[in-house]
Amino acid sequence: MRPEWKDFVGGKWEKEVNVRDFIQKNYHPYDGDESFLADATQNTKDLWAQVLELQKKEREAGGVLDMDTKVVSTIVSHGPGYLDKSKETIVGFQTDKPFKRSLQPYGGIRMAEKACSDNGYEVDPEISEFFSTHRKTHNAGCFDAYNAEMRACRSSHIITGLPDAYGRGRIIGDYRRVALYGIDRLIEDKLEQKDSTGRVMTDDVIRLREEISEQIVALKQMKEMAASYGCDISKPASNVQEAIQATYFGYLCAVKEQNGAAMSLGRTSTFLDVYAERDLANGTFTEEQIQEFVDHFIMKLRLIKFARTPEYNQIFAGDPVWVTESLAGVGVDGRPLVTRMSFRYLHTLTNLGASPEPNLTVLWSTRLPEAWKKYCAKMSILTSSIQYENDDLMRVSHGDDYGIACCVSSMVIGKEMQFFGARANLAKCLLYALNGGVDEVTKKQVGPKYRAVEGDVLEYNDVYDKFMDMIEWQADVYVNTLNIIHYMHDKYCYERAEMALHDRDVKRYFATGVAGLSIVADSLSAIKYAKVEVIRDEDGVIVDFKTTGDFPKYGNDDDRVDDIAQDIVHKFMTAIRRHHTYRNGVPTTSILTITSNVTYGKATGNTPDGRKKGQPFAPGANPMHGRDTHGAVASLASVSKLPFKDAQDGISNTFTIIPGALGKEDAVFAGDIELDLNN
Amino acid sequence: MKGRIHSLESFGTVDGPGTRFVVFTQGCPMRCAYCHNPDTWEVNGGTLMDAEYIIEQYKRNEPFYNGGGITVTGGEPLLQVDFLIDLFTLAKKNQIHTCIDTSGITFNPENEAYLKKLDSLMELTDLVMLDIKHIDEAHHLELTAQSNTNILKFAAYLNDKNVDMWIRHVVVPGITDEDEYLFQLGYFIGQFQNLKALDALPYHTMGENKYEKLGMEYKLHGVPAMDKDALLEKKKVIIEGIKKRRAEATSC
Repeated sequence: MRPEWKDFVGGKWEKEVNVRDFIQKNYHPYDGDESFLADATQNTKDLWAQVLELQKKEREAGGVLDMDTKVVSTIVSHGPGYLDKSKETIVGFQTDKPFKRSLQPYGGIRMAEKACSDNGYEVDPEISEFFSTHRKTHNAGCFDAYNAEMRACRSSHIITGLPDAYGRGRIIGDYRRVALYGIDRLIEDKLEQKDSTGRVMTDDVIRLREEISEQIVALKQMKEMAASYGCDISKPASNVQEAIQATYFGYLCAVKEQNGAAMSLGRTSTFLDVYAERDLANGTFTEEQIQEFVDHFIMKLRLIKFARTPEYNQIFAGDPVWVTESLAGVGVDGRPLVTRMSFRYLHTLTNLGASPEPNLTVLWSTRLPEAWKKYCAKMSILTSSIQYENDDLMRVSHGDDYGIACCVSSMVIGKEMQFFGARANLAKCLLYALNGGVDEVTKKQVGPKYRAVEGDVLEYNDVYDKFMDMIEWQADVYVNTLNIIHYMHDKYCYERAEMALHDRDVKRYFATGVAGLSIVADSLSAIKYAKVEVIRDEDGVIVDFKTTGDFPKYGNDDDRVDDIAQDIVHKFMTAIRRHHTYRNGVPTTSILTITSNVTYGKATGNTPDGRKKGQPFAPGANPMHGRDTHGAVASLASVSKLPFKDAQDGISNTFTIIPGALGKEDAVFAGDIELDLNN
Repeated sequence: MKGRIHSLESFGTVDGPGTRFVVFTQGCPMRCAYCHNPDTWEVNGGTLMDAEYIIEQYKRNEPFYNGGGITVTGGEPLLQVDFLIDLFTLAKKNQIHTCIDTSGITFNPENEAYLKKLDSLMELTDLVMLDIKHIDEAHHLELTAQSNTNILKFAAYLNDKNVDMWIRHVVVPGITDEDEYLFQLGYFIGQFQNLKALDALPYHTMGENKYEKLGMEYKLHGVPAMDKDALLEKKKVIIEGIKKRRAEATSC
């Protein structure tokens, strides 16, 4: 066994790149409480004070403190950057200094230029010229291949938020591999992979060979980049500090090269705990030191920044990076994957204060240890900074070494990836069905010229049939548009750093998504159970509705309308599945617009459920605002009926409640009166 | 039989232990000045529902109520004892934790037929949350337009029946926050062994706009909401009363 692996339990992971096997053979489940945790060190406090000062300056400067306008960002484009070198135990920034945003034109030069100009900077004209004339971008590629219908759908927002001008993101490299194996071993592995491709040079084989070559270049550059910080990652990490540093370097390379819509971290805590346990046992480090490494690591993750435009920020409500880290969960053998490191990660919310990034996501299971559940609840109450997802549901299809990309997209780390596909506007599609493909806002013929509804009162079966036809069309143009996007992204903006930390043969999810589900469900319910009259404008286009009578509304655990919602999801997914997908991607869909529901609402006319033109959609799979009148459980019950098998990329429900309505405050309620009396 | 129901709430977190399915019954003889559900007063209103329907609604989302159960509140649930017997019989068949949130106003120790029914209901009840509005008879009359004699007797009855009891008390600034009476309240409830919790509720003004909507006069208009820190002090006074009673009990 290699000296760096001393004291570890060996296994398959020694012979092959297999991080899960390493974790399973070596991790120590922890079912105790948080009392072992260490406070922030003076260095941590000093560094964080420095960050807060810089954040203040950034806000005062209007949201951006500094941008690179000359150097195109690659893994090795920038020299090392520090906050305070003497105090940082984990190092590395995207550029040569903190808070300086990098220039990433491969997704699209115009987007890069606009991100600069909107913030008061100008991209070096030579760079602009180079990426307009000599080097094609992903964005240019997409528009070369789009047909007229795709462009019309895009500008009328029936398909929307498409990653054709920005990085698609949603790919998680297995950054832990850098720590466990060291770069040299990973390069050897990639060389073997390249040697193992088919000998007949079909398109697929040629592309794979070129991609693996790119990956090898990325790995070599990772090593070079780390060396510039004085770190040698060619060999495996030999302690927890080196392991955190190497894992972070892997991730850092990804965000140096990709300004993706979500750049998630994976599932690193329990892996790193194996090193921490060994170091504690050997006396290499104290708990306080280990917490300091974790605090500094998390601090770095909070400082990942991208150059983005105001429009982008509008779609995503701010400029989130989605550095999602998945914590806890339960192993397939029934042992919870909670370790002391899981606690240390959440403890950064105490040591550094609350923060939306990194997006700490607890994979929740009823079988998690009680002490951990309590600690999560406590930290949620204190910081509102933790996301929860259903491990019991996802473990069934993904096993116990998956992670979440962005907010809900699950994928097995290093073995699965996703082609992010934004979403289809279902509410608009319903209006197209009524108007025979004419857009209700622009009055242009965007969709196919099917027969529009006739008469003044909408008839359920008629509308339903027309809607199903229009969904078939929408799915068709949507999937084909995405096929172009992902082809071009692979070609002009390939994620070589992230894919270098994947197996050769990855499973690719072809993600799609829908927006406006609750509007469509309520609209169809109104048509079925109440009387909906149409109001046409002077061109005969239906632009408004008059609804008489009450109707069941999604969000009240009422099967009459919940069945409609389920049916739509299933029908949409069925329509998606009928199509060829790029690189044989496995089609999935999501119902998870968390923030962009506002923008989609703006582009959509009046709907039969009573929603007015321009009004926001409900986020994700949420019921429309104020229509769920039977309390939270009934509302959640409606959402939980949506079929996960047809929406495997995730279903989200945004739920807000005032703290007082979530239970009694400990101080107010003398729950255990005997205890109270003894005080 | 059917009960008169004001509404069903699927996510109750402040009406008993755990997350609870809450049944609001329609109708109440009390006219508490600070009542935040005046729309539940009218005895002839509401929707008629049977026990089967309500338990079915509960069962649909049972996993949410792990550690919780059903709470019947109102209105005054004990106006509909026959219906509650139906509901709780079915609940117990399904191993559901049962709780009644009541003012105790309907309790009548003289009425044997009523007592017999109440006895059977208590067999099916895991917890009673008894809301004592005021320990002093004159103040109670003023505040609720009813006497508190039978309410206090109801607490003793629950103790005899060995049904777990939480005492709730709404602390309204200037109205139910006098230390003398809070101590008396504590001293009174301190005698009961079935007392499991004390829930001192801070008065809030969120009910006021309901009165406006219903076109009713809001008697506490202008009374400020109860401050949380002040509430904790008031709670201490009640606890002192409980302690005193318990100390006396152990010393003799």
